[in-house]
Amino acid sequence: MRPISLIPAAGVALLTSLAAHAETITVATVNNNDMIIMQGLTDEFEKAHPDIKLDWVVLEENVLRQRLTTDIATNGGQFDVMTIGTYEVPIWARQGWLTALDDLPKDYDEGDLLKPIRDGLSQKGKLYALPFYGESSMMYYRKDLFDKAGIQMTEQPTWKEVRGWADKLNDPDNGVYGICLRGKPGWGENMAFLSTLVNTYGGRWFDEKWHPEIDSPAWKEAVSFYVDMMKKDGPPGATSNGFNENQALFSSGKCGIWVDATSAAGRIFDPSESKVADELGFAPAPIAKTPKGSHWLWSWALAIPESSQSKDAAKTFITWATSKGYVDLVGEKKGWTSVPPGTRKSTYDNPKYQQAAPFADFVLKAIESADPTDPSIKPVPYTGVQYADIPEFQAIGTQVGQMIAAALAGQQTVDQALSAAQRSADRTMRQAGYYKD
Amino acid sequence: MRSFLLQAPAVSLLLLWMLVPLCMTLWFSFQRYNLLNPFISGFAGVDNYTYLLTDPALWTAMGNTLLLVGWVLAITVVGGTLLAVLFQQEFFGRGIARLLVIAPFFVMPTVSALIWKNMMMHPVNGVLAWLFNLFGFQAVDWFSSLPLTSIILIVSWEWLPFALLILLTAIQSLDDDQVEAARMDGAGPIAIFWFITLPHLKRAISVVIMIEMIFLLTIFAEIFVTTSGGPGLASTNLAYLIYIRALLDFDVGGASAGGVIAIVLANIVAIFLIRTVARHLET
Amino acid sequence: MHSSITKKLAITLLAWAIALVVFFPIFWMILTGFKTEGEAVATPPSLFFEPTLSGYHEVMARADYVKFAINSVVVSLGSTLLALLIAVPAAYSMAFLPTPRTRGTLLWMLSTKMLPPVGVLMPVYLLFRDMGLLDSLSGLIVIYMLMNLPIVVWMLYTFFKDVPKDILEAGRMDGAGTLQEVLYLLVPLTLPGIASTGLLSVILSWNEAFWSLNLTTSSAAPLTAFIASFSSPEGLFWAKLSAASTMAIAPILILGWMTQKQMVRGLTFGAVK
Repeated sequence: MRPISLIPAAGVALLTSLAAHAETITVATVNNNDMIIMQGLTDEFEKAHPDIKLDWVVLEENVLRQRLTTDIATNGGQFDVMTIGTYEVPIWARQGWLTALDDLPKDYDEGDLLKPIRDGLSQKGKLYALPFYGESSMMYYRKDLFDKAGIQMTEQPTWKEVRGWADKLNDPDNGVYGICLRGKPGWGENMAFLSTLVNTYGGRWFDEKWHPEIDSPAWKEAVSFYVDMMKKDGPPGATSNGFNENQALFSSGKCGIWVDATSAAGRIFDPSESKVADELGFAPAPIAKTPKGSHWLWSWALAIPESSQSKDAAKTFITWATSKGYVDLVGEKKGWTSVPPGTRKSTYDNPKYQQAAPFADFVLKAIESADPTDPSIKPVPYTGVQYADIPEFQAIGTQVGQMIAAALAGQQTVDQALSAAQRSADRTMRQAGYYKD
Repeated sequence: MRSFLLQAPAVSLLLLWMLVPLCMTLWFSFQRYNLLNPFISGFAGVDNYTYLLTDPALWTAMGNTLLLVGWVLAITVVGGTLLAVLFQQEFFGRGIARLLVIAPFFVMPTVSALIWKNMMMHPVNGVLAWLFNLFGFQAVDWFSSLPLTSIILIVSWEWLPFALLILLTAIQSLDDDQVEAARMDGAGPIAIFWFITLPHLKRAISVVIMIEMIFLLTIFAEIFVTTSGGPGLASTNLAYLIYIRALLDFDVGGASAGGVIAIVLANIVAIFLIRTVARHLET
Repeated sequence: MHSSITKKLAITLLAWAIALVVFFPIFWMILTGFKTEGEAVATPPSLFFEPTLSGYHEVMARADYVKFAINSVVVSLGSTLLALLIAVPAAYSMAFLPTPRTRGTLLWMLSTKMLPPVGVLMPVYLLFRDMGLLDSLSGLIVIYMLMNLPIVVWMLYTFFKDVPKDILEAGRMDGAGTLQEVLYLLVPLTLPGIASTGLLSVILSWNEAFWSLNLTTSSAAPLTAFIASFSSPEGLFWAKLSAASTMAIAPILILGWMTQKQMVRGLTFGAVK
């Protein structure tokens, strides 16, 4: 152990002394695969920009989010580049916490960014963060199991059909569960999925006057459908399964159907990481009563806080990490299924990507058809398919997620869970002063 | 006077540590202060307190806190005492067996929680699920059906070695002659344990209870990593509830009110329990 | 004679069974660190496999373990030394010059530990920002010192209280001042106790994961932050997480094992006699 660990330390010391004049920027990011690839390419960046050094802070999503929010809201100035999502960007931009990115270099080609993604990161027509990768949601399924059960996939599956299929596929004795869906409580976990389900059943988070509608019939129908199906055809321990856990289950062959983020496609299609790569089928996210809001839109983006002391260096870095050149670099070095998806038209036009990633068309269509400004059949006062762009949403989403997880665990009925969730959301909105009555 | 000077650094530092954040917390608790929404600001009166005290979650959280502290104390003290008696006997490889059994105390709480969550209690891939299946039982879905029990188990696993270490130490100082004399008088092993060993351990048990209680009241990492306080509120304790307010809602006013309530509670517990326990320590 | 051997065997079996069960999760984690990601999630769990260092290599490639480990060492030792330095005089005066307020002070000190840290995060974060202590080793040392001070004072107090008063009296007769009295008489007499107190404080600082995550960024980040960059990322991660966890707990586990005798000796000496 010892000799191995000492050499890099000495090397680092040497490098730091050589590059003493370089400007160091602190980059905070999530420990997702795509970001780890970015961290792995540090040398490439520093070679191209010898006057900038990167200092990485890689944390799991929840810890990172609380760390970044504390820092930016208190003007702590600890970070030069922050990895944040489409939920935070507009809220933080409105507070004046983020640097507007208006004079991007020509060769960056802003027009190449996918429109819904670009809109999600803009506020009043100005970009406040550059998309690192983007995603919508879609349905993954096991072709072999579908063939064996004699099921024919339809062009646009409905949730009713999906439930029938899950019933047929469910075979726990042989370690296959009909369907895997998120159950882990959290606004970015089970509620991301459940919001799309509620949307397609015709529900919404808030009415036009910001009153929450969580105990409305549409919510009850959607959540009852989810709980019943998961209890019958889902894996055990569903309330601790988030995106990561489900990906692990699906890629080890334990799920027949999985509805989740499009960004998982590259990994479950990669035979070195997934046992089901050869049998993998794709379909659009299922719908129920309306296609509106049936699939979400999200992107992880790189932003520069106003409190940063090295804005220019930070900008050089984020334009590099979200450029066409970066996509090519990852494609050449790590393989084309590993390139960050869902940000640029040019990625999808690239024949090498099209050839390596047969799912590319589904993903592009899903992202382009997601409309955060019009997520529900009824009018809404907020922007966002699977969230509402107000600061209070994190708390409300997480509390509602907890209540629904309790219903999924069988601790209370769906009706009890939803009325408790409604009460708690109503308290939060009232406390924040959205309405008085 | 000399006593005052000598204590001054420790007392004044702790006073500062207590008072500065406490005053700021008190101040914030009467403010409308949401980190994410600087537009809402100003004096809030007692709003933050009414909001918190009328929140049904508060009472659930207090109940869970007490259950968690109570059960872990019971398990570690009873288990620790029995194990101390066992590990004090002569047997083959005692030194190594002791090292193994105290190891969990040195493991970071986050790591312990991660091990238990991912490798032991996972309902599909976990070792426990495999064992249950092996013996023909249904695998238990720990964190959804028995969330608080699971947390209690994990925390007990972390603290049992601590209790064992202290109690083992204490038992070693037990006078052998006294035990021998009792045996001569015809006392059985259970009688010896009950009338000689246990009274001898009284002081050590008080130490265990006191130190553990201080840490158990603020258990956080284990809940954060495994159940996130759920499902529902089933495993939310007071520390976690304040965390939800402070770092999920970013409602500094509300979180500060929660902090003030926690301080008040801590002092009630301190007065009520520590004093009864501390009495044993005086002699 | 025969029955005593049977008894010893029975006790051996029972004690070892318990020891192995208690240690099993740690053993399993260490084992998983040497598996491939696929083997790590295999059901039934694979006991026999070809050990690989790939998990360790990947962890080393992604994070500078040495930097995190050095920070952990500096912070836990620094905070412990500082705490002892402040606590020895306080405990001395409480043990040898008690006043009616002594017990109250002691209990109050302990009660400061019952406040959930998250309740005061914002005030502390703002203070640290204004004093320039964010992401600094000295800031973390101070926080940990304050965190452990009550326990340290209390443990030292119980040790000091058991030192016969006449020994110190004798020293005072020979003209020793308070400083000499503490340095040359009290400290040597209670060294085992001081050592075990220090060890406890080192362990608690090493394992602390709330302040270290929230008050550091990169240059002062200790091993708990190292763990947070490997827990629950996307994809399969158990082998890497196990490797990282093993690396994070190994130093403190080995220290704990090596000093277990001292710790026990120290404790016997004082509080739990």
